[in-house]
Amino acid sequence: MTAGIDLGHPQAQAIQSDQDVVRVRQLIRTVAVAARLSLVDQTKLVTAASELARNTLIYGGGGEAEVTTVDNGLRRGVRIVFADDGPGIVDLGLALTDGYTTGGGLGLGLSGARRLVDEFDIVTGAGQGTRITVTKWSR
Amino acid sequence: MALNAEESGRLAGLLSEHAERVTQRWTEIATGSLRGRLSQAELRRQVQELHRSMVEAGRNGVFDLESESAGELRAVLAELSRGRARQGFTATETAVSVYAVKDVLLELMEADGGDASLRDYVAFSSLVDQMGLFTFESFVRTREGLIADQAEQLLELSTPVVKIWEGVVAVPLVGTLDSARAQVVMERLLQTLVDTGSPYAIIDITGVPAVDTQVAQHILKTVVAARLMGADCIISGIRPQIAQTIVALGIEFGDIATKASLADALRHVLRLSGAANARRPPRRES
Repeated sequence: MTAGIDLGHPQAQAIQSDQDVVRVRQLIRTVAVAARLSLVDQTKLVTAASELARNTLIYGGGGEAEVTTVDNGLRRGVRIVFADDGPGIVDLGLALTDGYTTGGGLGLGLSGARRLVDEFDIVTGAGQGTRITVTKWSR
Repeated sequence: MALNAEESGRLAGLLSEHAERVTQRWTEIATGSLRGRLSQAELRRQVQELHRSMVEAGRNGVFDLESESAGELRAVLAELSRGRARQGFTATETAVSVYAVKDVLLELMEADGGDASLRDYVAFSSLVDQMGLFTFESFVRTREGLIADQAEQLLELSTPVVKIWEGVVAVPLVGTLDSARAQVVMERLLQTLVDTGSPYAIIDITGVPAVDTQVAQHILKTVVAARLMGADCIISGIRPQIAQTIVALGIEFGDIATKASLADALRHVLRLSGAANARRPPRRES
């Protein structure tokens, strides 16, 4: 499903504070520029990363983001894994519904992030933490 | 790490006996790594000072960089590191200026070549290593101080609310819009609306690199608050990539007017406020 070979070493960034969310954004932008994503794709990926990193911080109680440049033979892309050991998401369908929030936000972060990237994979469950893998391919 | 009394005496003797040659060679070796970014005279002065305080510390018996007798030497090293850090030298370039004395000592002691002088050299060498590490630490401390200062200055970089036309104020947002800054922006904007009695406010997000749901929510709240006070808000500076991202995220700006540039937003406001206003030039103090 998530095809592609990892290129280079993955870069990790801990997410423990608001400043770390900013650091994740900056890291993703740097990697996206290096992977020659277009300006629109860079912005989309950075925005998705910002949403997911903030979710990791607020709902997951902190965690880590790991970014890798990938290559599927035809295109280059950027893959990011957000992982936390928080309470996990009980009802994934509901969490992915536009406008649903338990934290006072707009309720568009998770569902919006899914629309901003090319591949979106989520592994979660009550008490299991959450692990989200997203990939954006260059065009 | 520390030199015993005899060793430090020998070190002091060696350094003071060949004072001229030591400082000369030390300066020469250190110059190489600095690539002419520090004047020869300045470097010479620093080397002489280091040399003098090393001799002094050596004469005071047991030579340990941590000890009280080496206070002067520590101060000189710290001063050197601070200066270099502020002048933009790298940590390596700074440390090499200290390590250079090893080469000088080797040149001096090589001639003798006995077991005793080899042991001495190893002892001196580990002392110089300690000095180098101390330099490194002072250097990092200075840099950290600089960074802390800059972070503070950045916080002070306030977001100005500027009056750009009669009855029109604008807020140019730059950088990351976190909750704390969003709060400051909202307060300033609302206060300025009251102070100037302006019916229009333009929020310009040209300088915001990414608009995520949190940023959007902050902007929306600001607009709603301004509306409650009877002012109309226009959001400008929506670039193509931001527009596409906002659409994909599913953020709705509802009936809030949005424009691509600040100029468009101002034109829009002027049209709203009537042609008469648009033709009237801004009031001038005569």
